[in-house]
Amino acid sequence: MIARPKVGLFVTCLVDLVRPQIGFAAIKLLERAGCDVGVPVQTCCGQPAWNSGADRHAADLARRVIDAFEPFDYVVAPSGSCAGMIKRHYPEIFEGDAAYGSKTRALAEKTHELLSFLVNVRGMQDVVAECSGLRACYHDSCSSLREMDVTDEPRDLLSSVRGLELAELNEPEVCCGFGGLFSVKYPEISERMADDKIADMQSTGATLVLGADLGCLLHLKGRMQRNGIAMEVRHIAEVLAGMTDDPPLGAADT
Amino acid sequence: MNLDPQRFREAGQSALADPGLKVALGRLKTHFALGRTRAVARYAGDWEELREQGRAIRDYALSRLDSLLETFERNLMARGGRVHWARDAQEARDIVLGILRQNGARSIIKGKSMVSEEIGLNLFLEANGIAPVETDLGEYIVQLREEPPSHIIAPAFHLSKEQVANTFRWSHTDLDPSRLLVERSALVSEARSVLRARFESADAGITGANFLAADEGAAVLVTNEGNGDLSRLLPKTHIVLTGIEKIVADLDDAAVLLRLLTRSATGQEISSYVSVMLGPRSPGQTDGPENFHVVLVDNGRSKLIGTEAEEVLRCIRCAACLNHCPVYAAVGGHAYGATYTGPIGAALNPGLMGVRMAHHHPNASTFCGRCAEVCPVKIPLPKIMRHWRAREYASGLAPKTMVMGVSLWAFFAKRPAFYRAAAKIAARVLKTFGGRAGTIASLPLLNGWFAVRDFPAPQGKTFHELWSERNDGAR
Repeated sequence: MIARPKVGLFVTCLVDLVRPQIGFAAIKLLERAGCDVGVPVQTCCGQPAWNSGADRHAADLARRVIDAFEPFDYVVAPSGSCAGMIKRHYPEIFEGDAAYGSKTRALAEKTHELLSFLVNVRGMQDVVAECSGLRACYHDSCSSLREMDVTDEPRDLLSSVRGLELAELNEPEVCCGFGGLFSVKYPEISERMADDKIADMQSTGATLVLGADLGCLLHLKGRMQRNGIAMEVRHIAEVLAGMTDDPPLGAADT
Repeated sequence: MNLDPQRFREAGQSALADPGLKVALGRLKTHFALGRTRAVARYAGDWEELREQGRAIRDYALSRLDSLLETFERNLMARGGRVHWARDAQEARDIVLGILRQNGARSIIKGKSMVSEEIGLNLFLEANGIAPVETDLGEYIVQLREEPPSHIIAPAFHLSKEQVANTFRWSHTDLDPSRLLVERSALVSEARSVLRARFESADAGITGANFLAADEGAAVLVTNEGNGDLSRLLPKTHIVLTGIEKIVADLDDAAVLLRLLTRSATGQEISSYVSVMLGPRSPGQTDGPENFHVVLVDNGRSKLIGTEAEEVLRCIRCAACLNHCPVYAAVGGHAYGATYTGPIGAALNPGLMGVRMAHHHPNASTFCGRCAEVCPVKIPLPKIMRHWRAREYASGLAPKTMVMGVSLWAFFAKRPAFYRAAAKIAARVLKTFGGRAGTIASLPLLNGWFAVRDFPAPQGKTFHELWSERNDGAR
């Protein structure tokens, strides 16, 4: 283990725009795990372009990320989806590329999803946080689950949050229906998938939904708002970092 | 009934509004997905190793497709079988019709064959005065209803028992109208007795094949109902209709794939029947067809070899990807307007029918990845779907609004200073729109999002804005 690694935080474009607090929660956790956190110039990982088949745009954006994060020991993102884009798909973009092929593989090698990084790379076992009397459920994003192999890490860390009771979904491995632009291109199918997921969440008796991908959370919370379902939704990093004083996602300041 | 893949979205909307279909599709989890999970857990060997073996077997076969197919032909011909090569659907239909006419066959029984659906064989034969009767129970039901199958291995999966009973009442008009048709067993035995007469009078049988073993010149058929064996053994002429990609090196390879197939498909250790077809009846044999034909259909398959979509040809048609697909589970098979549905359809159809015709299929995916996770031969299905999206984008076929949106966004995303300024404004404006409720119910140009959900209002400042404020303050 590097004693005090330099971690480049990949903030993600959604966190930047919608909920900066997740970025600061991630920084707090990373610093507590003994890291020096830097935030290089960045916009988006390019996944919307890549998944739309706009390969040239995706490659242009990927090159910027690869260059910007080269000096860091690690790249950490509070999102399985963006981390998965860098780790799994950047190497596909630059397969056989003389200039970027090896740089891309090196970047992929050192890129991690936040929770997996804290637990598996930094050996974090517990957090100092309290969330009294709340029953929460954790939403696995497909990319965290299947691209980044993150399953136990968030649950292990949440189990150390004082006063928090964690409930399991019946079908944690089923997609919530976000899928980036899928949610806009096929809203009706996305709606059915969201409703099934929300019903599963409600059946656990949880009042708080936690997740590690803001895209899923915006989609699910947006659907709850449309249907008048009063569950609180937060990014898991906020709870783990003890930063729950601000209102949850989509609730106005008081 | 949707027969147009370009109408996927509209057909999907109707499907979502059908409460009966929702109940039927709910059974995918209990009926298929759970069965597969249990079968994989029970498997005595290493399942992942078996998948890897299956992948290698399929890749080997695809890398030597031409020579293996020729070996198959040679070995089958040596025992009196005939092999026909069909470049496309029309050739395949003509070949089948030619064989039937040559043998004076008018009454035809069929075992389930997706290639038959793919080439539209039944309608073509009917137009030529030949009435084929499907004998797989599900396939028979959808034939009576004049519907295509909605699932690769369970053609009538979208129907309830009651719908099947009604179908039988309309169709079997010579039976007692007051008969009871409540239990599944009553439906099965009615179909069995109606079909029995058809089997006995058939001139020719048409089935598919799950594998073709080159070294033995053998075609392997996997079934559960026994109708496949009746279709191939009773009539004088048997036609095996299948895709060229079904070839494997030998029966040992087929046996490995068989282990993967039945567990992935129905959760069975082995299907009720596995038939190895070696050709026409040989002198001294008391049963089997006198004429044995294999029609090998290309219909767009060979042109996928050497492309980024090549791995889709590994498919052994188990339907595990359909059974684990949340999109298929929402809209069912008919919405696709194509023979191959779900993830395998999304990866295969653009290759077979063109990117323009099948553009919805690879787009209608969240890339959740469960299909690739359960695929017994490790086809990277989302990767292939993405490949088709890239082809669509590169050939100018992607929707104009999406291309404009992506290009505009990319313009900013490639210019961090502009992007930050724009994000700063957007965060403030959206927060204001969110108002005291913290929720935005609609915004111009974003109908897709707001059709079904609100947007939780942002906190008001961007991360990068706050990060520079913090660092400036620290200085």
